[in-house]
Amino acid sequence: MYRYDEVDRRVVAERVEQFRGQTQRFLAGQLSEDEFRPLRLMNGLYVQRHAPMLRVAIPYGHLRSGQLRTLADIARRYDRGYAHFTTRQNIQFNWPALETVPDILAELAEVEMHAIQTSGNCVRNTTTDAFAGVAADELADPRPWCEIVRQWSTLHPEFAYLPRKFKIAVSGSAEDRAATWVHDIGLQLRKNDAGETGFRVLVGGGLGRTPIIGEEVCAFLPARHLLTYLDAVLRVYNRFGRRDNKYKARIKILVKALTVEGFAAKVDEEWRHLKDGAGTLADADVAHYASFFVDPAYDTLEPNPADFVRAQAESPAFARWVGRNTRPHKAPGYRSVTLSLKKTGVPPGDISAAQMDAAASWADRFGYGELRVSHEQNLILPDVREADLFELWQLAREAGFATPNIGLLTDIVCCPGGDFCALANAKSIPVAEAIQRRFEDADYLHDLGEIECNISGCINACGHHHIGHIGVLGVDKNGEEWYQITLGGSQGNEASLGKVIGPSFAQERVAEVFGRILDVYVRDRLAGERFIETVRRVGITPFKEAAYA
Amino acid sequence: MHNLVKEGVPVEDAWQLVREGEGELPAGDLILPLARFLAGERAPQGRTAVWFAPDDDPLAAAADVLALPLLAVDFPAFTDGRGYSIGRLLRERRAFAGELRAVGDVQRDQLHFLHQVGFDSFAIRADLSAADAAGALADFSAGCQTSWRRRQGRGLHV
Repeated sequence: MYRYDEVDRRVVAERVEQFRGQTQRFLAGQLSEDEFRPLRLMNGLYVQRHAPMLRVAIPYGHLRSGQLRTLADIARRYDRGYAHFTTRQNIQFNWPALETVPDILAELAEVEMHAIQTSGNCVRNTTTDAFAGVAADELADPRPWCEIVRQWSTLHPEFAYLPRKFKIAVSGSAEDRAATWVHDIGLQLRKNDAGETGFRVLVGGGLGRTPIIGEEVCAFLPARHLLTYLDAVLRVYNRFGRRDNKYKARIKILVKALTVEGFAAKVDEEWRHLKDGAGTLADADVAHYASFFVDPAYDTLEPNPADFVRAQAESPAFARWVGRNTRPHKAPGYRSVTLSLKKTGVPPGDISAAQMDAAASWADRFGYGELRVSHEQNLILPDVREADLFELWQLAREAGFATPNIGLLTDIVCCPGGDFCALANAKSIPVAEAIQRRFEDADYLHDLGEIECNISGCINACGHHHIGHIGVLGVDKNGEEWYQITLGGSQGNEASLGKVIGPSFAQERVAEVFGRILDVYVRDRLAGERFIETVRRVGITPFKEAAYA
Repeated sequence: MHNLVKEGVPVEDAWQLVREGEGELPAGDLILPLARFLAGERAPQGRTAVWFAPDDDPLAAAADVLALPLLAVDFPAFTDGRGYSIGRLLRERRAFAGELRAVGDVQRDQLHFLHQVGFDSFAIRADLSAADAAGALADFSAGCQTSWRRRQGRGLHV
């Protein structure tokens, strides 16, 4: 993992002091609410329904065990003993007091963490595949590039006041697990015929009010040009993106207005002047950042050791957990384990301080002291020996972390919704819980197979409902909370946006409608066909008919 | 304009900002709207400078504009970030070497970023303290990327 150097430490420490000053000026009445708002947002601080909410950056979802312990400590001392992982690999505290936030940030800085640009109209946390570095299908490790982008974007002086927020995702594997098609910029690592590393650059994707799949703006950008090219894209957006209407201010609207060819031409003209300039990455620089992401000293292991195989045979529950919650690892005899934060009755993505401490201790004991946060709001132990899985499973079960539902319907991606968020039109957590309760029968749930369900409490789409195989969007109808259902959305290589099946439903009907939709799937599926594949093959009509019958 | 930060400290300012797009020009050193300068107007007694609105194009500025002793960039609201790109383009692409001034809704918390992209004087909003704002220039002693001030980015001297 990346470790701060002297410059990182100074920048983060100075940012804490700058924010302390801003907070003091606000509390002293020297900054108005309107003036303080963009400043606090750029440091991840929202004012929510009940209290401020502090969003802390977890750059590209990477955490050390010590950092997770600090987050647990902060949850206990400054909050109510829990926190929430977001759909962009960050973590949120829901109840800090405004005046304590500078102290929280100072404690985070001690463990090389911050809340810089976790909100506001600026470049946000760069996200990637939660299995980067350990995935069996990886073409190139995205993490050094994520770190390079993190540094470039941190307090970038030219792009602190963009027309709107700006999100970058990097993918380095055959299967895109970073949702690059629905980001303002998606970077897909590639090698060209000469074996040179570079990026396919996508631009103008995004969810929210106007969901759009991104378009390719550059087929192959040699990696050394990454930062000058990003400067060019951001400069075109900063100068020409709309600022008159915040709903039309994302880069996707500019790309549509200019067409992707027109946008690319503007970027190329800008880039012509920046290319090979001071921001160009030298081989030595890239090697320096790559040096932080070398493999740990994996033992030479035989895959499927006898005890591990026997334990699965003896315990169907363990076997089920291994099948759902672990993934192949590039090193033989190892797996990546997903600790499920989708237990029925717990808001998706929420984690208690005790769970954070437990997961940190397992990362030390069973791994190399590292963890990952997925954009599906789960916590991952990237390197666990297969021989240790049975013991880990028992511990995880005790800690409420072992629900064997990863990738299944109840592994719901969900924003905090109307229970917390001031922007929401409707609650999302109770809807997630109703769905989880209805599909609690493990055999039925496993029979339904892989289904991605995403719930957003408003059109801002933090729950990424457009790319859920089944998406739920909370809407306001004359002061009442109603829910619109979409089908056929997908992240990944074949990213697609879901289609609305019809008029929205009252909250108490949503889980029942899910039942009707899934009955159609069970009736119409071909052998081995996943839900999304059936939807693609038969279209939404049969589901719609059943939902409104 | 009597709330100016220049070379890191509050100073008295000789220049007068002309906001109006038309009308008689006063005596003294004037900062004119770009359009008035392009229409041939000049300060009747004193030196002439111009200011760019956020949608003015710094790349279209001719040699006579770039030869002026001072160019200003207007920030109608502090959340409008277009002026940062204008400043950087004037410095980096147009090699403007004179005084580059931020005017408009200029507050303490923008100064570091403005300074990094090439601004060297800051007309602090009239109701705010220029002395306080000047302190913001010391908020950061390092940065993570190339800018006009930091020609060499992090990536280049690891």
